[in-house]
Amino acid sequence: MSGKPKLHYFNGRGRMESIRWLLAAAGVEFEECFLETKDDLTKLQKDGSLLFQQVPMVEIDGMKMVQSRAIGNYIAAKYNLYGKDLKERALIDMYVEAVIDLNELLMTHTFQPADKKEQHFATIVDKATNRYFPVYEKVLKDHGQDFLVGNRFSKADVQLLETLLMAEECKPDILAKFPLLQSFKVRISNIPTIKKFLQPGSQRKPPLQEKDVPKLMKIFH
Amino acid sequence: MSGKPRLTYCNGRGRMETIRWLLAAAGVEFEEVFLETREQYEKLIKDGVLMFQQVPLVEIDGMKMVQTRAILSYIAGKYNLYGKDLKERALIDMYVEGITDLMQMILMFPFSPPEAKEKNLHSIEERATNRYFPVFEKVLKQHGQDFLVGNKFSWADVQLIEAILTVEEKVPAVLSGFPQLQAFKIRMSNMPTIKKFLQPGSPRKPPADESYVETVLKIFKK
Repeated sequence: MSGKPKLHYFNGRGRMESIRWLLAAAGVEFEECFLETKDDLTKLQKDGSLLFQQVPMVEIDGMKMVQSRAIGNYIAAKYNLYGKDLKERALIDMYVEAVIDLNELLMTHTFQPADKKEQHFATIVDKATNRYFPVYEKVLKDHGQDFLVGNRFSKADVQLLETLLMAEECKPDILAKFPLLQSFKVRISNIPTIKKFLQPGSQRKPPLQEKDVPKLMKIFH
Repeated sequence: MSGKPRLTYCNGRGRMETIRWLLAAAGVEFEEVFLETREQYEKLIKDGVLMFQQVPLVEIDGMKMVQTRAILSYIAGKYNLYGKDLKERALIDMYVEGITDLMQMILMFPFSPPEAKEKNLHSIEERATNRYFPVFEKVLKQHGQDFLVGNKFSWADVQLIEAILTVEEKVPAVLSGFPQLQAFKIRMSNMPTIKKFLQPGSPRKPPADESYVETVLKIFKK
């Protein structure tokens, strides 16, 4: 046993990617076990490894953790990425929850039927540029600090960077009206652990391609 | 200003009900502002009060908190309902998140089209009896304690009692295969703060009816 956290998921982003980001940002090496077939999932379910029969599942510190938010919270707290007190944690939670909402929109784009894709794309752009990005732009403008909360690197910075990059994959100029988010993106990307994660060969996963969707459906449906 | 937390939402359960449960369980009195019209909602947005233009909103300790989970975590942390250390918190989080997935199905149910309602109700029953309730039945059986985590009352217990009662409204015999959960239900219902919340006249809201669905759609649908 290596002592490193072990991640169980399919070989793609989905609900595990934020966890990979967080571990990487904290400088924690981890192993991955990829589900390739429905049998792989069934085996995990049958041997009682999945509390609610679902992945993500992360083996960490003697626990078989499930539920992506629970896992994210544990990692953030363990590696001091969760603020210094309840109020900072409250801010981090608010920022992260909204980012998760936007991520959800971005993630589901590949699964949209052809006739709904354009409308869905418009919704993503609308929500990103009118509801979410202005909030973080203002937060950074108001306090003028490098990080979102408490003048210190936290889970909120990691999740926001992840989402900014995903949004740019969707629409490359999506940050055009947000100068502070642009400089935030550059700044956080240059943090050594994150810079390493952004390099080719890291455990960061590419966006889901339409051709991969059938394989995914076979495992989970 | 009273110093009590102030909740802004529609006059119904929705995403605010779990917050009402947690505050009540912690013995915290709170005030409520009910959204009845689209104009009220638009005014809140214009005033810059809703960080992401959404409710629930809970004004608490000088903060205008939004995002249900953020609010619940804060309340749990503040009122010692979040375990004694990181590992207990991890367990509480896992249990709460699982229950939230089940509650999400019930949350969406009133808004599903009439032809899908029977199927959705069946899914709720299936998930409750095959995926979620067995887990908590086993947890209680294995440690034999009164509460889910760390032998102490926590957010996880509140979330579970709320889910049990809510599912029972739709599927009355849902606990028939779960003796531990039946005992848990009685035990939790008799805790003074929860007992008070379960009495008529408390801030607890009734299940969604047609008029609630209409109000929600009127206020929020673009």
